[in-house]
This record gives sequence, C-alpha cells and structure tokens, in this order.
Amino acid sequence: MSHRRLMLGNEAIARGLVENGCTMATSYPGTPASEILSSLVSWQEEENLSLHAQWAINEKVAFEIAYAGSMAGRRTSVSMKQVGLNVASDPLMSAAYMGTRGGFVVISADDPGPHSSQTEQDSRLMAMMAKMPVLDPQSPTQARDMVGLAFELSETFQIPVMLRPTTRVCHARQDVRMEDILVTDRDVTFERNPQRWAATPKYRFILHKELEQKLARLASYPKTKPVRLNPGARAKKAVIASGVAAAHATEILKDLGLWNRLPFYQVLQPYPLHKRFRSHMLRTYEEILVLEETTPVIEMQFAHRERVRGKLTDTVPQVGELLPETIQGILGQFGGVPATGDSVSAPPGRRPTLCAGCPHRAAFFAIKKAAPRGIYTSDIGCYTLGLNLGAVDTVLCMGAAVGQAEGFYQAFKGEEKPRDIVATIGDSTFFHAGVPALIDGVVQKAAFVLIILDNGTTAMTGNQPTPATGRGAGGEPLQAVKIESLVRGCGVTFCRVGDPYKVDKFVAMVREAVRHSREHGPAVLVARHPCPLAAPGDTKRAKRIAVRIDEDCDGCGYCIDHFECPALFLDETDKRVHVDPLLCIECGVCTYVCPKNNIKRNEEGR
Amino acid sequence: MKNRVKQQILVGGVGGQGVLFVTSVLAEAAIRKGLCVFTSETHGMAQRGGTVVSHLKVGTFSSPMIRPGQGNALLALKPESVAHHEGFLGPDAWIAVNGPPPCKPIRGRQLLALDADETAEKIGNPKSANLVLLGFALAQGPRTPKGIPRLFCSLEDLKSVLEERLAGRKGMLEACIRALEAGHSAG
Repeated sequence: MSHRRLMLGNEAIARGLVENGCTMATSYPGTPASEILSSLVSWQEEENLSLHAQWAINEKVAFEIAYAGSMAGRRTSVSMKQVGLNVASDPLMSAAYMGTRGGFVVISADDPGPHSSQTEQDSRLMAMMAKMPVLDPQSPTQARDMVGLAFELSETFQIPVMLRPTTRVCHARQDVRMEDILVTDRDVTFERNPQRWAATPKYRFILHKELEQKLARLASYPKTKPVRLNPGARAKKAVIASGVAAAHATEILKDLGLWNRLPFYQVLQPYPLHKRFRSHMLRTYEEILVLEETTPVIEMQFAHRERVRGKLTDTVPQVGELLPETIQGILGQFGGVPATGDSVSAPPGRRPTLCAGCPHRAAFFAIKKAAPRGIYTSDIGCYTLGLNLGAVDTVLCMGAAVGQAEGFYQAFKGEEKPRDIVATIGDSTFFHAGVPALIDGVVQKAAFVLIILDNGTTAMTGNQPTPATGRGAGGEPLQAVKIESLVRGCGVTFCRVGDPYKVDKFVAMVREAVRHSREHGPAVLVARHPCPLAAPGDTKRAKRIAVRIDEDCDGCGYCIDHFECPALFLDETDKRVHVDPLLCIECGVCTYVCPKNNIKRNEEGR
Repeated sequence: MKNRVKQQILVGGVGGQGVLFVTSVLAEAAIRKGLCVFTSETHGMAQRGGTVVSHLKVGTFSSPMIRPGQGNALLALKPESVAHHEGFLGPDAWIAVNGPPPCKPIRGRQLLALDADETAEKIGNPKSANLVLLGFALAQGPRTPKGIPRLFCSLEDLKSVLEERLAGRKGMLEACIRALEAGHSAG
C-alpha cells in the first residue's frame, strides 16, 4: 500500500497539525483557508483522534480561543484567510508580546490575484508588524512540513508562529507522504502570572524587550536558514524566492538552462530574515533578484538597496499574482537568456452568478421592487453576487453592510431627498460582525432596513455551520442561537421572518419595513430559506413548482437581465426564453418575474 | 521508464461541471501508477457558474501551474473553454472538447469533439458529461498522430480510482463507470 495520498494543500496543513500533536484548532471560514479545519475534522475521524476542532463566530474569537489553549499548555492553531487576520489583529499584536506555552500556529492564507478576496494584502507584513516569525511554504508537502517546524519554533522561543500559505499552495493538490500521528498527552495547567498574561504597560515594555531578543535568536536558528537549492552554480548574480514563487522559479531556471548558472536560494522564513544570510548575500553578489508575493517583505530587509532588484525597483510587479509566466520573463532578463513573459489573456469568461433556485435572488428581486430608489449596502458572501442584479451597491468588508447603512442615513439626514436604505447581510456574516453595528444603528435611530439573508449555512465557503445551526465542525450537536432573538436583543422593535420564495408577500414585508424604519430606526427582516446546495434534501421536500414559458414570450429579456437565473436562457434562433431542465430546481420564483406574465406554472408537471 | 512521464493537462469549464472531480480522478490515477502529481484549482466565488480551470502536472515538477505554451492536452467541458485556455498549449498538444467541432482546426493541434452533454443525457445521467469526455479522449488511441503518448493512464486505471473513491456508493459508482464507458465507445 502506498503511503502517498493526493492532498489539497489545506488537507496537507491539517495533516501537519495532527502529525504534530495539535489538540485544539479553531477557524472562521474564508477562501482559500476554509478546508484546513474541515480537513482536520476528516483526519480526526479517520485516525480516531481526540481533539477540539471548532468553527468560531469570527477570527478574533477563534484566535483568542486557540491562544488560551496554548496558554494552558496545549499545542493549538487558528486558521483564517488574510482579511480574517485583520479581524484577529488585535489579539495577534498582543499575543506576540506575551508569548506562548504550548506551540501556537497562526495560519493565515493569502490570496494574490486576488481570486476570491477584497485585497491582495500580505500576511507576512502583519507578522512583521506583530513581530512574530512567519514561514512561507511553496507546496502542500512543504506546508505540511512547516507546521511541525512552526510548533518547534513556537515552543523553543515561546512565541506564536505564523504559517502563510497562498492560494496556489492551499488549492494545489500534491501526492504527500503520510507520516505518523503524534499523540500528545500534556498536563493542562494554568499558573497565574499577571506580569505576563495581564501585563500593564510597564510590563509590556519588558515583554517588548524580550520579544526583540527572541527575534534576534530566531534570525539565526539553523532550521529556518534560507536553503541554497543549486550549490553548483557560480555567478555575480543570485536569485532569492519564497513561497510558490520559489516553486515556479525552480522549474523555470531548469527550463531556461540557468539552473547551473544562477545561484538560487529559497527563503523559508521571510521574517525575521536570517541576519548572516543578509550579509552573505550582499557580500557575495553584485546583483540580487527577489521573487515573493505580494509585498516586498524579504526585499525590504536588505540594506544596500542598490544591489537588490525586486518590487521596489519595478523589476517585479507590485500588483497581482506572480504567475510562472511573469517569473519566466523576469528570470530570462535577469539571467541574460531569451524568455517570454507573455501571459494568456483569456477572453472574458462567464461571470459567477447566484445558483438556480438561490433564495438570495428572490430576496434581491423583492428588494428592488419594494425600494427601487434605495441605496443597497451589502456584504461578503454568495449574495455579493446580487451585484449582477443591481441590488448591491457597496461591499466593503465583513459586517459593513450595517455600519455603512447607518453611515448613509447620517450622511443624508436633513437633506431634502433622503434615500431609503436597504442593507443585506448573510446569516453567518451577521453573527461575525453585524451585531455591534446593528446595536449602534438602534441607538442612533438610524433609518435603514436590514435584511438578513438566512440560508442556514455559510454557503460561499463550502457550507460550514453558523451559530444558528446548532451543529459543530464535525456535525456534533451544539446550542443554537436564534437570529430573531439576537436581533430583538439588540433593541430592534421591528423584526419579521419571511420566505423570499413567496415573492409577493416578501415585497409587502420589505415595503412595511421601509415605512417603519423612516419613523422608528432599524427594521430587520430575516429572509429565511435554506441554501439548495447545503440542504438538497429539504429542497426536495419543499413543494416543487415546475414552470413553462408561454408561447407569447417575445424575448424582451427582462427576466434574463433583472433575474439572471442560470436556468433561464434566451435562444438566439427563436428569440424566446427557455427553461434549462438540467439546471432548474423548480423553485417557481420566476413565475413572479415576467412583467407580461409569460412564465407560468406548469400545472401538468414535467 | 515511469519517471520519464511528464504530462501537463488542463481541464476547463464552468463551475458545477465537475472540473475539479475529473482533475482529482486523473491525479489519483497518477499516484496509483507511482507518479508524482501536482494540480492547481479554482475555488471560491468562480465556482458559482464562473469560468473554472484546473492544471494537472504528472511527473517530476515543482510548480503546480502550467505556463503558456507548455500544456500537452486540454479537456474542454464547454466549447468556449478552447479559446479560453488554448494559449497554455504547446504546438503538439491535443484537445478534447464537449460540443460540435469549431469551424477551424486549431493551429495544427488535434481537435477531438463530442457532444458529451448529449451522450450524458442519453445514458440518463446528464451531469456526467465530464466523465463522458474523459472516456472519449481515452478511446482515441495511446498516441497522438504526432506519435506522442496521449494520456499517462488507461480507462482501467480510471475505473479502479473510481472504485476506490466511490466504494460503498454503488449507484454513483455505476453511473460514473457507465459515463466513462459511454464516452469511450463514442470515440
């Protein structure tokens, strides 16, 4: 039997956690990090392990839970996407000062490109700001190996350690050799030490001093030393790369015939960059090229900038993913060999859209009918795709739909023509960061309607549970928190629940909510209907409504433009709309859509 | 000989078509043959019906991504996937496309076309066009007209991967095998 398994980068990271005795792991889902925790649960089941794996309400809480586990002596980890690290940045900065007991690994997955994120920010720069070491893997295998290294560093130096994979590591698959599971049986203890765990500014100063000493030693720790990958090559120039850029560069240097000519180093720990490595490079080479994503973190740590080529010299692009073809062009020029850096410019592909039968589509259609001149603030999740329907005007960050709704109310207050404001937010996102903003809106009596799109799951990232689900990461029963109770607990007086599939009724509810908000401040509607992807069984049980297009359809395209269901398409030859039976889930919502009433219930069934 | 195998394959389509599934079945077939493998995938928002492509590299590589002009093959699950991803192919590459053949041959590259959606519908499993197309590609002979090995694995290799992956899910396994075979006999 082969001990190599095909593993997604995130599965390999989770494998690294169980192979290194991690007993507490928390996360909040976000692409490209989501599969780390779900894979951990799979390993836990496969290997019959006792560990605590948890989806937390947001990244800050997830961080605090895992960090306390480390304080009590366990090996723990927290994983998130890079913008999630912003949410967790408050405890992150402090935890670096206070340090750890059991090993504590902070996994922050970056998304150069960006493929599925608001920014291309570099978590390594956050590690630098927090003053904690960060490891930058180039492949699923190396990511798995670095988890072990991270625990070792964390326990040797009593410091949180960041592992920073990128999309091309998280979502690459590779054959990974399985290693044995490490079962740790540590005493869980907590000893009072207020000068450390509850340090006042005076002690923080001392902790900061200690932290600097740790960093100095980390910058010479043998196991994290940059690796010279081609010891035979001799030249006045050298190349340094980290992360997946190192993987691309390895292949390209070989293909271009530069492998035996250009000295090539992989940096494993971009911060703190090894001190002797920095001086060695500057002493040995006249010109040094640095390839890294996305901020020049390694590059900035070199003094004598005139020798270093990279993002700061515009040799390497500052923006976007470092695609292998881009690296090929840069390496060709640096190594003095012909090499094209041209990329494939794909013709515009299909834009993503809400799935056929998505309850969000019905809710957005109703919102546009009820408040056609509204300002529509929205949020992060599948429903961001309400953009396509003209029902989303703003998307800033998790929870901002609510804060921005209040902001627009304040901005227009006293103006001659105030605008109706309708905010949309997903159920998971509401829990994550919407609650404090809603309380603020109540206090200010801000006139806006908040529609919580409650599909019972965290859909965009792969259907993780929400606090309202009452289920844990492994499906175990937990306490559920009711959204309506929470909303009323925030002080909201108008809170109704409706099914957006019943479009007419839902439109009436939105109109009523708008009227209420103008007088009394925030009105909340919970648009409740399960995600057809997450709960296909429930959807099947729900009443199916088959539809047909009437012969009178004149192909005006209203339903295509304003409803954009993938199961409805306009046939260019007969200039009529048709239903794609493969995609249609028979939700029947489109029967409300056609202004000429040509989408009808198919009473005969299919 | 095994370690000489080096193939770079693209699978393109739109979210929901099973691009990732086909890619991982091929990748697992590579592991079973003792080969190293890398794939690179699209996750997240694009999976909601957007353009999706995955890169599969079999043999000794260090990067998970295919560079332009380096690909050996493209499985195009939508006719437009050919135009989207063709730039990644080398001059001797072959293409298998789900749909009617485009009017023009693609720069001397072998183009194999099959209405896999239709075949999939015929066998009562309309969502299996991905496996139909893969079976069809495998039926085109072990080598391309230019004498280059077509795929590193055989129909039997893929069947045993499916048998392992779908063990205990008999109905689904049978449907998948039927789709592979339907594509194979259409080739």
